Amino acid sequence: MTVDPKTAQARIAADAIVEVRDVSKTYPGDVHALDAISIGFERGRLTSLLGPSGCGKTTLLKIIAGLLPATSGEVVVDGRIVSGPGPERAFVFQDFALMPWASVLGNVTFGLEMRKVGKAEREEIARHYIAEVGLSGFEKKYPHELSGGMRQRVGLARALAVRADVLLMDEPFSAVDEQTRRKFQEDLLGLREKENKTFIFVTHSIEEAVYVSDSIVLLSPQPGRVAQVIAPDIQRGGDVDAIRRHPVYLDTVDAIWRGLKRYLD
Amino acid sequence: MLDTEPGRLFAFLVHPLTLRIVSGAAICLAWEATARIPISFAFPTFSATMVALWSMIADFSLIHAFAITLQPLVLGLVISAFAGVAIGVAMGLKEPVHWFASPVFIVAQAAPLAALIPLIIFAYGIGLVAKTLVVCIMAMPVIVLNSCAAVRHAPVSLLEMGRAFGCTRRQEIARIILPAASPVIFAGLRLGSAAAFVGAILAELLITPVGIGDLITYNRSVADYPRMYAAIVSIIIVSVLFIEVLEFIEVTLFRPEKRARA
Repeated sequence: MTVDPKTAQARIAADAIVEVRDVSKTYPGDVHALDAISIGFERGRLTSLLGPSGCGKTTLLKIIAGLLPATSGEVVVDGRIVSGPGPERAFVFQDFALMPWASVLGNVTFGLEMRKVGKAEREEIARHYIAEVGLSGFEKKYPHELSGGMRQRVGLARALAVRADVLLMDEPFSAVDEQTRRKFQEDLLGLREKENKTFIFVTHSIEEAVYVSDSIVLLSPQPGRVAQVIAPDIQRGGDVDAIRRHPVYLDTVDAIWRGLKRYLD
Repeated sequence: MLDTEPGRLFAFLVHPLTLRIVSGAAICLAWEATARIPISFAFPTFSATMVALWSMIADFSLIHAFAITLQPLVLGLVISAFAGVAIGVAMGLKEPVHWFASPVFIVAQAAPLAALIPLIIFAYGIGLVAKTLVVCIMAMPVIVLNSCAAVRHAPVSLLEMGRAFGCTRRQEIARIILPAASPVIFAGLRLGSAAAFVGAILAELLITPVGIGDLITYNRSVADYPRMYAAIVSIIIVSVLFIEVLEFIEVTLFRPEKRARA
């Protein structure tokens, strides 16, 4: 269940769609956010980046997205070195980042429009994904008319609509209430079944990480380093509620918590 | 009947249109009351002013005056709006343009216009050019500075979102920066329009007395205070209507989500 970082990397590297090689990040003012991070993200799996605040998990995700440059090291996606955002990666933002002046349809078609997909085609694709995230009938609504949870569904539909292989999610459920969050986590499992994508998921919630992930990368803070890679052996088919009572789920949550505790003082 | 439906009565009382009419009526009543005390023989009643206003409309003197006043006003405002937004947006997008142009407009905004008017007359005479220039000096700085600030404060998270989905710089400007900036740009246009009206009247009072400025000056000199106040009221009404129209255009063309709210 728990593997030490070195063997985990060797195992994952076999079919890694995203490879982070020796990435360090220093912010101006000599703030050392990431220190020599090397991780492989396996194709078709959901990997969480988990750690206390200040461990650089969002920084790492944005470097993978090409939104931030690494100070040293490189990120390779599908065999190509990342120099900026690319069509094989899509991003789901913590604060949703919806355009308030555009309808749900306008927001979801945004990425396709930037790729010069024709109007009829992009609206058809957008409607499909709006339905998939459960927002059918809300196409003409504006973001301010939606609840926080619904807004993040729009953000998710927008990321799905560009049909990227890798979905990068930056604490996507942290700005919604607890009930909505649970529903989201269950929906994410369903989405994983349906969409053959690689998910990289940043969270600070241990329960959330264990619940949704195939593999959890634990980062230690200041500077961010890979502390541990954990692959919880949980069967996810069938009853989604059963996962939260699964002994492996409970043990893994407990083990991670004991591991993280020492960074908190 | 009304007692059984307090909800509907209350809704009627707090309806925006009801409140606007009540507010307007309160001002007119206060005007009428204070003028009847009277506080000054040069302060006509509301009713006398309205009678004068009607007579000025009926004998076409008001329409004739507006035909003159609106020339530098509209010309100056159109120039200020288009050039002002263009310059302001360019300043917001390009740092060198910002450093080059911002001192001009900050000085123009701070300078007392009346002190500059002799200079303008000296350079451009007393015709349409000088008056249009006064309107521009009044209206342009606030339009430029608002447009610039609006563009520079485009939300960081939306810019990041645009980059993540592969915006080119052109797409970023057209699809994110300008739509995000439009409320503040329009706020600048509304302030600029109000300033343009001030500039147009000031030009007519200080350069050559024509148009509405002439109606104000002439009627004051012959002590026909109702007509003088009627001229002032008429320009205020036109100014307010103009700004309302501008707001309507903004909401209709640029803010679909505001229409959805209404």
